[in-house]
Amino acid sequence: MIGLVDCNSFYVSCERVFQPRLRGLPVGVMSNNDGCVIALSTELKAMGITMGTPAFELQHLVRQGHLHLLSSNYELYGDMSARVQAVLEEFSPGVEPYSIDEMFVRFDGFSETQLLEHARQLHHKVRQYTGIPVCVGVAPTRTLAKFANRAAKKIPAYRGVCVLKSGTAETRALLQRFELGDLWGVGRRLVERLAVLGIRTGWDLAQADPKRIRQQFSVTLERTALELRGISCIEMNDFHEPRQRIMTSRSFGKLTNNLGEIREAIRQHGQRGAEKLRGQASLARAVLVFLKTNPFRPDLPQYSPSLAVELPRPTDDSREILHAAGYALQRIYREGYQYQKGGVMLIDLIDADRQQLSLLDTPQSDAERQRSAKLMGVMDALNSRMGRGTVKFGTPSPGAAWHLRCANLTKRYTTRWEELPAVTAR
Amino acid sequence: MVSLQILGRADEAAPSLPLPYPLSLGRAGLSGFPSPAQDYEGRTLDLNERFVKKPSATFFLAVTGDSMGPLGIHEGDTLVVDRSVDARPGQIIVAMVDGEITVKRYERIDDKHYLSSGNPRYAPIPLVDTECQVWGVVRAVIHEFMV
Repeated sequence: MIGLVDCNSFYVSCERVFQPRLRGLPVGVMSNNDGCVIALSTELKAMGITMGTPAFELQHLVRQGHLHLLSSNYELYGDMSARVQAVLEEFSPGVEPYSIDEMFVRFDGFSETQLLEHARQLHHKVRQYTGIPVCVGVAPTRTLAKFANRAAKKIPAYRGVCVLKSGTAETRALLQRFELGDLWGVGRRLVERLAVLGIRTGWDLAQADPKRIRQQFSVTLERTALELRGISCIEMNDFHEPRQRIMTSRSFGKLTNNLGEIREAIRQHGQRGAEKLRGQASLARAVLVFLKTNPFRPDLPQYSPSLAVELPRPTDDSREILHAAGYALQRIYREGYQYQKGGVMLIDLIDADRQQLSLLDTPQSDAERQRSAKLMGVMDALNSRMGRGTVKFGTPSPGAAWHLRCANLTKRYTTRWEELPAVTAR
Repeated sequence: MVSLQILGRADEAAPSLPLPYPLSLGRAGLSGFPSPAQDYEGRTLDLNERFVKKPSATFFLAVTGDSMGPLGIHEGDTLVVDRSVDARPGQIIVAMVDGEITVKRYERIDDKHYLSSGNPRYAPIPLVDTECQVWGVVRAVIHEFMV
């Protein structure tokens, strides 16, 4: 069985741990330079405000005290994410981060009642240790686990934990209840095409003939259909939900403490990630870099750091992504550890064609944008024609000040001595 | 008179850890012959190992205000707070009171729970509703001197 742990309104929850007065209030987190809303609390969603709303449209509501807007604080979110992952690792040896706020967790060898109990405990412990509320979905396949997570979040009776087995009446009823758009791997255009064939719910898709699905749609959708039946056929690296996050990571092949080698690996991951980004016509708002020592070598000192860095503007430019990744690596790398694995995650992706967003963020002149797009296009073409790595960038050494000034920036409570949260004694 | 006991030499080459993640010095779980190097282990001391029992649940907080002075917590001190510990009466805890994070002593009087401060000017707060919740348990106070 595999579980998906998803942090509720993650960015807002991170802020609320250190500012309890924000609990229960409508809170939004803004993109770089306070351009638009990129994360919302449930209370803010209930006001009808959506992702991507320009911040200036909400300023009158902020002034009247109806809602609170904060500048994004990726350093805090990255550290809280690492803490959530560390708690999960106490429960299972198989934890795979899927995005900054979602992690897959392997649960093997549990009886049915044990499993529910175990998942409940995990749900409770993450909240207690880190202050971050999560939902847990457990099922035989990743697709069903994601679905169970969705149910745990939407249906209060589950109290945040939903364990589904394939073929039960419960699973069937839930699959019939949720529309396809709620399912992972099924985009909006696909939903319309499937509706023509009378496939509207998860249950319809699970019942459809997989061969026919493959012929008329794709292997990917066939896999989704099979996974809904409880037949596991998607491995961690095979699936990705387009337009959510891009992860490139691999083990170094041997344990290494050589910064040069590690920098080269991170550079490759960063460049590969940027190519994937351009391939799906997205822009990233932030870059997360992580390193890992080998947890199965308790004789060696352990250090598994990660750091999320916000990009100056949403971008698909390899140079900016490598610059951010190089800066993050510089901050987290420490001598004296044997690293086993490293990677780059591109997070908070948006569609490249949503120009108004990049205009609202940091202004980049049209000429500059076109030059950058042209350069990246030529590079991708050369690399696809003459082999990956024909044209590549070196990792630039980190420049000066990274962060832009943001009006509502909260403190980096957990990663800077001079920004610790205040506790009053009175 | 105060007597001091020498515990050991501090680790001169201790790596600087940006986060409260301790060096794992333990060899738990390994069986077989003890390594000859084991005799030399533990001669360096790491404060993380001593004060940070659960890195994922440990947070550092900076104290403002003077109400806890009588209990040894002063303005400007750093608290090492562990959220993995369940609060018990008698402990110094961090709590959320009216949306604010405050440090208090957790007490039980006549089977009722209270948060009290070290200063009699502040009345104990009954720990009953959701407006008042435990945030974490204080494991240590770091009080730095000018040198």
